[in-house]
Amino acid sequence: MTLLAVKDLHTHFVSRDADNRVRVAKALNGVSFSLDAGRTLGIVGETGAGKSLTAQSVVGLLRPPARIVSGSVIFEGQELTNMPAAELNDLRGGDIAMVVQNPRTSLDPLTRVGEQLVRLHQVHTGGPQALSQQRALEMMEAVGIPDPLSRARSWPHELSGGMAQRVLLAMALMNDPKLLIADEPTTGLDVTVQAQILDLLRDLTAQFNMATMMITHDLGVVAHFCDDIAVMFAGSIVESGPVPDVFAEPAHPYTRSLINATPERFRMGEKRTLGGQPPDLYNLPLGCTLQSRCTYASDTCKATVPNVEIAPGHLALCHFAGQLAEKQPVKDQASRNHA
Amino acid sequence: MSQPVLTVRGLCKRFPAGGDRFVNAVNHVDLSIARGETLGMVGESGSGKSTLGRVILRLSEPTRGSIEFDGQDITKMPKGRVRPLRRDMQMVFQDPWSALNPRMRIRDLIGEPLKLHMRLSRSERDDRIEALARRVNLSNAYLNRTPANLSGGQLQRVCIARAIATEPKLIVLDEPTSSLDLSVRAGILELLNEICRESRAALLFISHDLGTVRMISDRIAVLYLGEVVEQGRAEALFENPSHPYTQALLSAHLPADPMVKVNRHVLEGEVPSPIALPSGCKFHTRCPVAIDRCRSDVPEVHQVPTGQHARCLRIPDGGNIYHRKQTA
Repeated sequence: MTLLAVKDLHTHFVSRDADNRVRVAKALNGVSFSLDAGRTLGIVGETGAGKSLTAQSVVGLLRPPARIVSGSVIFEGQELTNMPAAELNDLRGGDIAMVVQNPRTSLDPLTRVGEQLVRLHQVHTGGPQALSQQRALEMMEAVGIPDPLSRARSWPHELSGGMAQRVLLAMALMNDPKLLIADEPTTGLDVTVQAQILDLLRDLTAQFNMATMMITHDLGVVAHFCDDIAVMFAGSIVESGPVPDVFAEPAHPYTRSLINATPERFRMGEKRTLGGQPPDLYNLPLGCTLQSRCTYASDTCKATVPNVEIAPGHLALCHFAGQLAEKQPVKDQASRNHA
Repeated sequence: MSQPVLTVRGLCKRFPAGGDRFVNAVNHVDLSIARGETLGMVGESGSGKSTLGRVILRLSEPTRGSIEFDGQDITKMPKGRVRPLRRDMQMVFQDPWSALNPRMRIRDLIGEPLKLHMRLSRSERDDRIEALARRVNLSNAYLNRTPANLSGGQLQRVCIARAIATEPKLIVLDEPTSSLDLSVRAGILELLNEICRESRAALLFISHDLGTVRMISDRIAVLYLGEVVEQGRAEALFENPSHPYTQALLSAHLPADPMVKVNRHVLEGEVPSPIALPSGCKFHTRCPVAIDRCRSDVPEVHQVPTGQHARCLRIPDGGNIYHRKQTA
């Protein structure tokens, strides 16, 4: 069953320049995806591609000048984009939980960690304080914090990065969320700690039948942790589909070059096709946003780009989706100097 | 192999931590790098990678041990005599935004080491700046701009241009690609690889990203709590890790390919404090194959059949292997 459905979401930053003219940065341009219970979707892309903005748009955490200009976000049959703040607040931290990249800045430095968990539970469910405390200890145990009773009395600064991320995860689980949004949950952590956290997330996702939206720029995490992948570029999902399909047959030139730039595929001295400036969001080109960087680009790319379904569930936003194998690159890394 | 550019023996670095306690950041490290060779140094945060890089360049004073650079012992050399040697040993830092003076133009930033270390006329210097910019694939159009106008990848290219300006014999790179996007990272690595081959400079490449290190290194040293636990040729070390810590580290690495099966051995617990180092083998508190002797005896360095050197008591009895690579 579809838990979360995002349809044609457009988020713009509307501001005024020095001459008081309205400027619009088109940060999200028609993002659509859906997520079923128990599934994990990995959203990848370079800095500024709109990964985190997608998450913020979904949960209504946008701050001016960013705003959703069109599109819909449907969570369990309810439209979130026009939901009153009070109702959204009930969902956030309740059915929709979020874990962010920097765990230490997300904890209140002046409150003991156990108390922070208890508060979150109290706000959403009320009930006796003792029950919330019990729940907090259980969740701390579930995320593998040793000796939860004494850890609950720790201050955030006393925790290591991995431990702080576990506390945040425990906090996210306090109210049995149906959807977990994890924004780069392991980026600042060491590989061995990352392995611990990812294994934990995987177990918890299965145990609580949560849907997880995992934002990351690490293709290794996506390859081994996610069921589906969505690749973002300049505010659009350029390719999406089941992880094995997309890695085996990347249909979009951007995905293809991204995967070829990973240490596993990259060979020194080979011609690269990636790099270059991301397009100017204030002034997006007509048609494909990748055209200035794409080695396959031709005049065709100035026309509106079709979202081609190459295989069931595997979509790519490209005129030449699925035909890259027989196509020769038409230009040789024109933007190499600007990488 | 030619004479090593850098030889480090028994190097230790500790920092006072109040009272009579010390943070033991680097403990008895031995390593050497030859001309044209890239040594990758991996380890988790707090393993002493960056400190080691800084001590090697005398940016931080060693506590014990010796550093021999280009045939000279620089361990105790007065600062004034180290300075001219800096021409031959350069460093590239992790964060290019804070490594470059935001008020200087790119042209002057690249020209700075030339000004300090080489006697060149103005026009010679300008020619050289332009040649360096070309070398690192940076368009000349950027030379008159300030760092704020460049992207992270471009700034890291500027840092590299500065580092190679004086044609050094050794370049220490401390996480040079960690702050960059994947798309930009590959280009920087390719550039470093080319430079290493052309100039025959020795590179010490410090990183926590195993994939990156594997890509660029000839040899790899694995650091745990300030100690080199395993050292060897990159391919051998990745194919047959012999120290239990290396095995755990490699098994935690996720290759960006869903078809490669990973055989995970997640380590329990956290890294012990470098203030109170564990007795015996420093890894025994988390080691899955530790025996009683590991708590008391400091392990010797053993060579394993695949050529690496590893510091583990269990190598002679064959009990060091708990991780076998699985291929799908």
